[in-house]
Formats: sequence, structure tokens, C-alpha cells
Amino acid sequence: MAIAIDIEIEKPSVGLSRVAVSDTHGEDSPYFEGWKVYDENPYDEVRNPLGVIQMGLAENQVSFDLIEEYLEQHPEASATWGNGTSSFKENALFQDYHGLKTFRKAMASFMEQIRGERAKFDPDRIVLTAGATAANELLTFILANPGDALLVPTPYYPGFDRDLRWRTGVKIIPVHCNSSNDFQVTPQALEEAYNQALAMNIKVRGLLITNPSNPLGTLIQRSVLEEILEFVTRKNIHLVSDEIYSGSVFSSSEFTSIAEILESQKYRNAERVHIVYSLSKDLGLPGFRVGMIYSYNDQVVTTARRMSSFSLVSSQTQNFLASMLSDTKFTKNYIKINRQRLRKRYEMIIEGLRKAGIECLKGNGGLFCWMNLSPFLEKPTREGELGLWNSILHEVKLNISPGSSCYCSEPGWFRVCFANMSEQTLEVALKRIHDFMEKRKTDQRNHLSY
Amino acid sequence: MRAPKKGRRQSSEGDNEEEEDELLQFLGPAEGTQEREDKAEKGPTLLKKEYNQSVRWQEYEKNPYDEVKNPDGIIQMGLAENQLSFHLLESWLSRNPDAAGFKRDGESIFKELALFQDYHGLPAFKNAMVEFMAEIRGNKVSFDPKKLVLAAGATSANETLMFCLAEPGEAFLLPTPYYPGFDRDLKWRTGVEIVPIHCSSSNSFQITQSALEEAYKQAQKNNLKVKGVLITNPSNPLGTTITREEINLLINFVSAKEINLISDEIYSGTVFDSPGFISVQEAIKDRNLEGTDVAKRVHIVYSLSKDLGLPGFRVGAIYSNDEMVVAAATKMSSFGLVSSQTQYLLSVMLSDKKFTSNYISENRRKLQERHDMLVSGLERVGISCLKSNAGLFSWVDMKHLLSSNTFDAEMELWKKFLYKVGLNISPGSSCHCSEPGWFRVCFANMSEETLKISLKRVKSFVESTKASNSDVGGSKSPRSSRRRSLTKWVLRLSYHDRESER
Repeated sequence: MAIAIDIEIEKPSVGLSRVAVSDTHGEDSPYFEGWKVYDENPYDEVRNPLGVIQMGLAENQVSFDLIEEYLEQHPEASATWGNGTSSFKENALFQDYHGLKTFRKAMASFMEQIRGERAKFDPDRIVLTAGATAANELLTFILANPGDALLVPTPYYPGFDRDLRWRTGVKIIPVHCNSSNDFQVTPQALEEAYNQALAMNIKVRGLLITNPSNPLGTLIQRSVLEEILEFVTRKNIHLVSDEIYSGSVFSSSEFTSIAEILESQKYRNAERVHIVYSLSKDLGLPGFRVGMIYSYNDQVVTTARRMSSFSLVSSQTQNFLASMLSDTKFTKNYIKINRQRLRKRYEMIIEGLRKAGIECLKGNGGLFCWMNLSPFLEKPTREGELGLWNSILHEVKLNISPGSSCYCSEPGWFRVCFANMSEQTLEVALKRIHDFMEKRKTDQRNHLSY
Repeated sequence: MRAPKKGRRQSSEGDNEEEEDELLQFLGPAEGTQEREDKAEKGPTLLKKEYNQSVRWQEYEKNPYDEVKNPDGIIQMGLAENQLSFHLLESWLSRNPDAAGFKRDGESIFKELALFQDYHGLPAFKNAMVEFMAEIRGNKVSFDPKKLVLAAGATSANETLMFCLAEPGEAFLLPTPYYPGFDRDLKWRTGVEIVPIHCSSSNSFQITQSALEEAYKQAQKNNLKVKGVLITNPSNPLGTTITREEINLLINFVSAKEINLISDEIYSGTVFDSPGFISVQEAIKDRNLEGTDVAKRVHIVYSLSKDLGLPGFRVGAIYSNDEMVVAAATKMSSFGLVSSQTQYLLSVMLSDKKFTSNYISENRRKLQERHDMLVSGLERVGISCLKSNAGLFSWVDMKHLLSSNTFDAEMELWKKFLYKVGLNISPGSSCHCSEPGWFRVCFANMSEETLKISLKRVKSFVESTKASNSDVGGSKSPRSSRRRSLTKWVLRLSYHDRESER
């Protein structure tokens, strides 16, 4: 029985929550604006050779052939649904938030291999989440209350604004780093950030570091990690180490995971440390949504597990990857070759930029380099940086990430990705930069002569 | 209050070992904030403390039924899984190996899928989803894929909607009895409150105008701003579809109060009998409310966990006519995207119309069969069920088996079922039912043989209860804990003695 209702059209549509309408998701920043310009005119070697080349996306596309080869040799990895007598049904029904044991074991082993077996991981401390995005948000919900803060060294991954703050109501207090010491974290910078929070009556709950760093592409030195551990212990706060790029280190021996330090200290103070990992960068599988929290704190593990109900990893995906990652012949070879190729790409871009008169921060890992264009800014300000960024986006047709979107305190730095394209495309990009820089030199000479 | 001080558990829908008492989750936290919990009403919440020590979910985990290996074990009837139609899925998979093998038309699309993390979702998958949803509704309505937002299961979808529609401390009204998992999904990290709309067996637990008004008043009394009503249609745990009268009542109510209506239609594909299923989408259309502000306040939640029996794949969705809700929910879905590997597989499967139409009808038929088997089996021993036409469970009336009309007695009966009868069923109090004596019993998560065995066990139990009642003169057990532990010991002995009778 239909009942007519008088609807007043002029009333606005139902109100949404403050969280829903806030812009804390961060999508209005230049970091994302460049993507839009790219989406409207994407480079294609054949069909659109004058399009925008995407150098703002930290994807790893250099090692897919290794995985595709594995798939060809092991069709059962995706076609069968479990080890032994397990079936599709069992896999499809599996929604246990502990996660597939075989998969966790394989992940733990993979993480150990990445660290050259210098640290051990207990599969039962692994909490699976739908990507590191979910892992970081989840940890924030667990470690902090709305209004509390996490300290994060700058420059940092723009996505943290959303992941750590948006729905959690937690704040980020930047720990300022600068080029005078290659942007390393110092105890003074940590103290300063902490005191700043105190002055604002904000409770600091933890420090979140990304190691290897995004956007810097550098590794945190062992001594600095020890200082960091000492700092968080003294302040009695948590330490989250996002090691999402740990498998993208050019040389294995240089990377020190916080896990190694804890092991060497016999896990003293370990209950405040949590590691975030994901297969999105090292294996190049962002679409599969595979992330995790590794915590040395039993209560955090238990709570995170329960909370992971909101972001579980598809059992189909867990099953497939359990197969692949349990194959140590495959993983050892993959890790080695992936590293070599990333290093080669890195060297290629550094060399190409150098030829164009551009220097970069010395990097040892990641899918990008941290490029210094500060000598070329019209004004040594954020506006100057964004002006140059705009030129590069619209004239050179390269989408790179301005340092200001990563909260870098010094203008003129840019993150440039090199692993999300073919070598040929990278050559094209380098040529464009070279030509751009040449033209600038010429313009300046002409300008000076007036 | 986001940093949880107490751990909340995985719902009974999940298969998780817990160090703590699973029953805590059954009974659920008291409605309201931390402070309110201390002043909790009597009944289920008081019991929580008692049973913390004595009864453990792990009884099932320690002693699970297996047809061959453990025929005397506990049969799981508390898990709302759909295991009846896997043969259809498996045969489709064997005929379509490319879909799971990252191939399209014989070509590998592994790289494309591996890199696809767009929170708008795989277009082919969303198209297939909306068509499947329409098909389930007899194509009486259609859905726009642009209004569909994917989520990692309905668990994630429901939570996301709360984040979008309500502030911490605001409330949603939910008819009781309701799915215990909502206490976690709607409240835990969002800080949103649930205020119950009390429904009673006197009118088959239907929602009434006065119950709605009462709940709204109750919220106001507690200074809680009501942001909407959330219904599950078909209902969990009742297994019934909402009536035309109820849906109209709800639409009028939310329209008058200018609040939201969320319809969790996760069981929409399990409707096996008349009266048919009226989706809120259909009701809006029938009342010519499409495109109005009211329609913008109506949101649907869906998932493939029940209809297709794929809870492990984490496929859920929000459907909303409000583009701002769609926009906000889309961004939030970053925290719970569906694996592209899974999106692809299901896009191929659900695009196969021959498969979907056969699946939908076969699934319904088998569910009807099972439902009838359980209901008639229980009827034969004098146990009646709420008349239902959907879902993976029956809402069973065991009031007459209670020693007293209390939740204490309900818990006692639950324990008897667990230890003596060897069946794990869900007590109504865990679903916030306001009347003791109702239990949710699942019938689709086991083989036919196992269901028959469950029914035999119930029969034995009922007959033995009648016998012992007539011997002892039908006396009721006193409430002392010493007596209770003695009873448990005695029950355990008798349980073993009766092995041979099963």
C-alpha cells in the first residue's frame, strides 16, 4: 500500500559524519592532482608517445616475468585450492582471522630471507591485513586515542595523512629532517617534535618510521635505529617500523631491520615495537591486498587480529601466495634478481639525471630517487617548488611528486619513481628532462644577455 | 573511545580459537558506553561474568563432530555458512580454469590484475555484481554500478557506513533479535551506539510503530542522537523476510525523522519460500520515491559470503543513492579493498548468466529442503520454529524446555545442548532477544546425514527430559553454583553413558 509522502526538495541531502566530509583523506593534494593530469593524457610508447609519463607511482614492475614464469611452471598454485586434501570449499569457507598457517609461515620465511636470515620471525605474531594501508590504520586505532599523536619523520609518504589520521582522529607531529645530514633522523629532532606535542597538550603515543624510507629511498643506519629505540623506550611510547620496501634494497647487507636490533638486544623492550609489511612493493602485487602487522606485543597481536576482521586478506589470495612463497628456490632467486634489476634502474636514472645537471640523494633502496631541484627554483619557497612542479607536469609531461606533498621542510626536492615503467620509457623520460634542463640553460643565457 | 580497552571477539560467524570465553561474544557487551556497561541491566550481562569461568566455546573446538573420526563429537549448528551449493561452484570452476588462473581468453592478465588497486573496483566485477543483485530480486529492480562501493565483506561495509553516517556517540536503531557481530561491526572503532527496537514473539518478532517510537524515545532519553535504523532483511537470526507493512512503516519513520535506513540484504539470495523478498530498493521504487531525498537516505549492504558461500573471499558492498556517501565510502574502501585476483574470478563467474540463474534456483531449492528437514524433525519432538522463508538457520522456540522463564535457564539449556546433546546452537540472548528460550539453529553448514544425526540427538534429549521429569516430578534445579558444577559432572557422565544410544 503506497503512502504518499510530502518531500521537501529544498532540504539538503542527509548530513554525513565529520569524518566523511573532511578532506583528511588527502586526495586534494598535488600528489594526487598530478595523477589526474596523467589519467587524462597517459603516455603510451605506441599510441600516445607525447603523453604524460607517470613517475609518481611507486609500483614495482621490473620483476613480473619471474612470477609469470613461476605461474607457468606451477599452474597448480592458482588452479588448486589448498595443500594436500584441501578443496575449493575449504578455502572458500576459510575466514579465520588468524590467517592461513601455511601462508603465515611462508611470509615469515620470506621476511627472513629478505633480511639475509639476520632476524627470525614467528608466524604466530603475524596479523594479516588488506594491505599496509589497513595495517597502519589498524595499528593507529590500537595504539592511540582520538586526539593523541604519532611522530613521523619528514619527508613522509603522503598516504599517511589518511591512513594514520582520517578515521582514527589521531594527529601526526612531524619530526623535521633536512639535507644537511641527508635527512637522517636525529635525537634532537625527535626531542623537538616530542616537546612540541607537549606544549600543545597532545599525548604522543608512538613514532612511525619507514625503513627503507619513502620518499627518500635511503636506509636508516644501525646507530640511528638504536638511538630511536632508546628514545621511544625513554619516552615509553611505541615504535612502528614500516618495512614495506625491505625487499627493494639494492644490497641486502646494508639493510638493518629493527627486528635485528631487537634480537641482538635479546628482545628487551620489544613489546613496544611493531613492524608493518606488505607484498605490494617487493612482489609488485598491490592489487592482491596483502599486508601485515608483526608485533612483539601479545596484547597488540590479539587485538589486531580481532580488528583485522574489517580488512581480511582473501583466502583465495592467501592460498595462492602460500604456494608461491613456500617455494624457497623461487623466493631466493626472486629476491636476488629483483634487487639487481632495481639497482640497475636506480643507477640508470641517477646517471641520466646527472648528465642533465641534476643531483639526487644517495639512495640504497626503494622504487624511486629523491631528486634535488632546489638550485633551479625561481624562489626557494613552496610556491617556487610548485611552480617548477607545474612546469614539469605540463611542459615536460612528467608526473613527479613535489617534496611539499611529503611535508619536506626544504623546498625543491622531488620523488621520482623508476620501477613502474619499461627501460625504454625511462630513457624517454630522461631525455625529456635533459632537453628541459638544456632549454632552461639556453633561456637563462639569453635572458642574461638582455 | 577508539583504543579498545576490552578485546572484542570474532563473531560466531567466524571460525576462531579464542583464549577467552566465546560466550562473551554470544552475550555481547551491554548496549552503551564503557560507563554504561558498569551499570548494565540485569540478564545477559550479569550472566557474562558467571559463564566466563564455567563454559567455554572451546568445548566445540576440542571435540568437533566428524562423521568418520569423531562421530560423538559436538555438531556445529551455530555457524551460518552455506555449504549446500559448492558442487555448482566447483563444476563451474573446472569448466572455466582461466578465471582462477589469471587468464582472459587464454592470455595471461596476471600483471594487469596484480597492479589493479583502484578503489573504484574492477568495472567488470561491479557490473556483474549489480546484475547478480538484480537477478536475485527477480529483476524487479536494477542497480547502477557507479553507486556500488566494494568492501572486504559485509563486516567492513557495515562499519564503513557507520563512519560515513554517524559521529561517535550517535546511534542507530536495530530491531532485536539481531546478529551479535553488529556489536563489534557498528560500534567498536566508530564509537557509534546501538539502541534496540524490541520485537516480540507475540507478533512473530515483526517491527511495530510503537516499538520504533519507543526505541527513538529511549535514545533521546539517553541523549543519543539517532542517525538511522539498520535492518537485516532477510533477518538474521529470524530467517524471515520483512513484510510490506514493515518496510512501509520504516520508510515513513525514517522519512519523518530525516534519518537513514540501512538494509543489510546479505541473505537476499537465500529466500526459498513465500512470501517473497521485498528489497528496500523495490519498496522505494514501488512508492515512487526514486530520486527523492528519502531514497538518498536508504543504503543497502550486500556480500557473497552467504548466498555464494564464499566468506573467505571477503566480498562485500555498499549500495547508496547518495553520491556523497558513495564518494566517502569509496575512499574509505582503501582500508578494505577486495583482492583483484578474487574480483576477476567472480566477475567471470557472475557474468555467466546461465550459471547464475541455475545457481540461484538450485541454491533456493536445497535450502528449502534442508529447512523443511530441520523444522519437521523438530516438530516431531514437540519443538516449533518461527515460520521462516529465508536464511541458513531456523529460529527455534524452546521456551517449554526451560526450567524457568529466565535467561539463566536459557544459558542452562544452552549448556545442556552443548555438553549433553552435543550440539552447538546460539542462544537468543546472544542476539539481544528480549524473551528467553529462543535459539538460532543453522542447517546449511553440514551434510544431510549430519543434520539427521543432530535431529536424532535432539529427539533423545527431549525424550530423556520427559522421562526424567516424570520420574522426579518435574522439579527445577536450584541456583547454587555447587549444584551447577555437580550437575555438569553428572551430565558429563550421562553423556558418555548415552553414547551407544546415538
